[in-house]
Amino acid sequence: MKLELRGITKRFGSLTANDHISLTVEPGEIHCILGENGAGKSTLMNVLYGLLPADEGQILLDDEVQHFEGPGDAMKAGIGMVHQHFMLIPVFTVAENVMLGHESTGFAGFLNLNEARKRVREISAQFGFDVDPDALIENLPVGVQQRVEIIKALSRDAKVLVFDEPTAVLTPQETDELMAIMRQLRDAGTAIVFITHKLREVREVADRITVMRLGKVVGDASPTASNAELASLMVGRSVELTVQKEPALPGDPALRVRGLTVVDHIGQLVVNDVSFDVRAGEILAVAGVQGNGQTELTEALLGLQQHVEGEIELDGNLLSGLSVRNVLDAGVGFIPEDRNEDGLVAEFSIAENLMLDRSDSTPFVKGGSLQLGFRSTFATEKVAEFDVRAQSIETSVGTLSGGNQQKVVLARELSRDLRLLVAAQPTRGLDVGSIEFVHKRIVQARDSGIPVVVVSTELDEVDALADRVAVMYRGSIVGIVPGGTSRETLGIMMAGELPDSPDDPAPDPHNDDGRSGTRGEAA
Amino acid sequence: MSDDSTAQASAADAEAAGSADVALETGSQVTPDDPNDNRWNDALRQILGGSFVISILAVVLALIVGAILIAVTDPGVQQAAGYFFSRPGDTFQAIWNVVSGAYSSLFQGAIYNFGRPTFAAGIRPFTDTLTYATPLIVAGLGVGLGFRTGLFNIGGQGQMLIAAAFCGWIGWSFNLPPVLHLIVAIVAGFVGGAIWAGIAGVLKARTGAHEVIVTIMLNWIAFYLISYLLRTPGALQEHGTNNPKSPAILPNAILPPLFGPQYQLHWGFVLSIAATIVVWWLLERSSLGFKFRAVGENPNAARVAGISVKSVIIWALVISGGLVGLAAVDQVLGTTTGGFSSGIDAGIGFDAITVALLGRSRPIGIFVAGVLFGAFKAGGFLMQAANNIPIDIVLVVQSLIVLFIAAPPLVRAIFRLPTPGSRPRTKTPAPTATAEEATAK
Repeated sequence: MKLELRGITKRFGSLTANDHISLTVEPGEIHCILGENGAGKSTLMNVLYGLLPADEGQILLDDEVQHFEGPGDAMKAGIGMVHQHFMLIPVFTVAENVMLGHESTGFAGFLNLNEARKRVREISAQFGFDVDPDALIENLPVGVQQRVEIIKALSRDAKVLVFDEPTAVLTPQETDELMAIMRQLRDAGTAIVFITHKLREVREVADRITVMRLGKVVGDASPTASNAELASLMVGRSVELTVQKEPALPGDPALRVRGLTVVDHIGQLVVNDVSFDVRAGEILAVAGVQGNGQTELTEALLGLQQHVEGEIELDGNLLSGLSVRNVLDAGVGFIPEDRNEDGLVAEFSIAENLMLDRSDSTPFVKGGSLQLGFRSTFATEKVAEFDVRAQSIETSVGTLSGGNQQKVVLARELSRDLRLLVAAQPTRGLDVGSIEFVHKRIVQARDSGIPVVVVSTELDEVDALADRVAVMYRGSIVGIVPGGTSRETLGIMMAGELPDSPDDPAPDPHNDDGRSGTRGEAA
Repeated sequence: MSDDSTAQASAADAEAAGSADVALETGSQVTPDDPNDNRWNDALRQILGGSFVISILAVVLALIVGAILIAVTDPGVQQAAGYFFSRPGDTFQAIWNVVSGAYSSLFQGAIYNFGRPTFAAGIRPFTDTLTYATPLIVAGLGVGLGFRTGLFNIGGQGQMLIAAAFCGWIGWSFNLPPVLHLIVAIVAGFVGGAIWAGIAGVLKARTGAHEVIVTIMLNWIAFYLISYLLRTPGALQEHGTNNPKSPAILPNAILPPLFGPQYQLHWGFVLSIAATIVVWWLLERSSLGFKFRAVGENPNAARVAGISVKSVIIWALVISGGLVGLAAVDQVLGTTTGGFSSGIDAGIGFDAITVALLGRSRPIGIFVAGVLFGAFKAGGFLMQAANNIPIDIVLVVQSLIVLFIAAPPLVRAIFRLPTPGSRPRTKTPAPTATAEEATAK
């Protein structure tokens, strides 16, 4: 089925999220919509899927104008969507999830599960999905859950499939498999809309690329375009995709973690006997698919986890067992994974957020009283230094863009006297320009001679920053390898296996001198 | 904003110009997924927290609905409505008469009585208003401080009862020098309320028990405890009586009248003004208040920033309870100095919640809201006496105010239903032509 959007316009108040967007997706083609966060991709897809009414413009399927009142209409018309966050019920089986929403019933209202099972088997067989219709969703790996989403869409005879940032939760291998599935679907004649901001994926599968920026289509590109070309189209200027950094000059081990074990609040072992060293002046990247204990590891370092065993030592001083306050006072800077939840108070101004973790002591507080004068001088200085784009230091951070919010967090953490920097997903959801900035700052912190721990699920980021890479799987460190280890090796390790010919998976802090440097153009 | 050449774009890069350029520069004017939620919350908080418009509209709306109720329940209006179609004018006349009569009584009973010969006598209703407002303001400050910390202290009744026992006991049992006695009694009242709310704070911090449940249960515990003590000779009961009533306060511990004996208004009002200023300083200018607000807005971020959320909860409830305790001080040492019964809280602990809501949990707002509610109380009596309108109508108006103030969250709940994508995202101006230049490049 051919999908055509004509002049779709969607406004939210004074903001035009989609400004006369026109594009055509032919059957048997993978059409990538590339753009940064906030470019309007998701709004466009919500319009397409009937979740939002368009202010202007038309949606055409096979040259027929459509009117979608809601997702139901869109589904009926043959549009399927695979959401970034799966819309599956964990305690239901695959077949039950697939039939959910259009259950067919037999005698006396009994669910016709057999038919659903048959349908799942058929589609599975057709595309080689290998999905058991009776498996419970909660027992399936993420990649397979995504296939269930695809089956769900296909079982409703979707002729146009929309993938909304589908690779965010996948391992590199799972991503490759998804790409293969997408190609297969394409060859079967499905029109595929693939939304992403990852350049590598785009170039791999796209037949056509439409780049969006600020609610407009800024251009089409061919899959042969270089990363730099695509990025500059997305951002509107040329972007440095690699981090300029000198080889690390690591000093003595500064952070020593031994036998760290974390049990979460429901009694699950989330970090399992983890040991590693980080030397002053080096970046240890902790790679892994999301949810393999990285979050808890960083929280344990900060004293935010309750049930922690093992030892954490910074410059010979024991950190484990200290309160968050004392850990911070020991010189630990922390960039939390979820800046909105854990890093910032959205309703507070920039200035207030900049003093958030120093609300007890001089220079921000004297005699129990806030030093507003000092605070505004400080904030003005930091806003300039970290290039936070905001109207004033009194602007509440909730109104800033993600990049600017993250700069506020960075400014706060890096303006203390640090002895260790822990950055969890420091560039999640940021645009290319901000990523560049954040990476620069992290490398600067390293070069100032402190140990840095960066947790990232993005291999590009790991690649760009790491002097050494620790790969986590199910709470344990699979191995620690030098920076610049190939994606394939890392991918295998992220799935919990040791590669056949490991560079050196044993935790050995002295094996990587001079192995860092700029990599990334490989992407 | 410049929107033409690439050269300019890079110039703007070096020199962070205005916000429009900014958005174009970084290419991102919108934060990903979840922040939308925060931003929406933020908008809500601005409505709730910043603008007085909603507050004022709530009061106006409540008065309009109150007027309708007055008209509907009035026998004169009902009679005239009986022959509405023959002489509709009569009905409107009757409505006008009863509503204008009621609200002018409300005004004369609360602000200025034009029926009195001298200014000193005419202004007396206003001093009554302030007298009623005095405990509402301090209690409202206490509840509002809790709100700002994200805590819902609805244990005002219990805190007032315990505070009354504390300051009353000091007030009648000891013979201290004039000023000292008063100060000690006031402090005792503060401490009493603080202890009672502190229990809820410790329970919440240590065990996670929800403060709403705990404070409301502590209300009953306090009520029956004080009732029991008031009936027990040798405890709080006055000697030589069987009534469940406490002894009178000794003269040295009484809050003296502010403008002489012909007015009820006492120095407690000055205390309320002082409390307003102190709470303002505490919330807006002190380190402790900064932590209170941080915990109130985002406890997770506060915890990650090394703020001890547990101790903040305890301290916030202690101070909140102490302020509510001062309301009992106003009652026991100011208005009913002849001894108190277990009804001494007079619903102030609950009215304080309304006052704090109406005042948007801002000290100045609470002060104004407290005075307004004091006016309702003072004026309601005259309205009942002069126009034979039940004082309940004032309660209805007060409740309606809360209802209308609660409407924005209600509206949000309704608008929440559609997808997150349907929300307006930023205030950044709409994208300009810079987009094309990239294509050209």
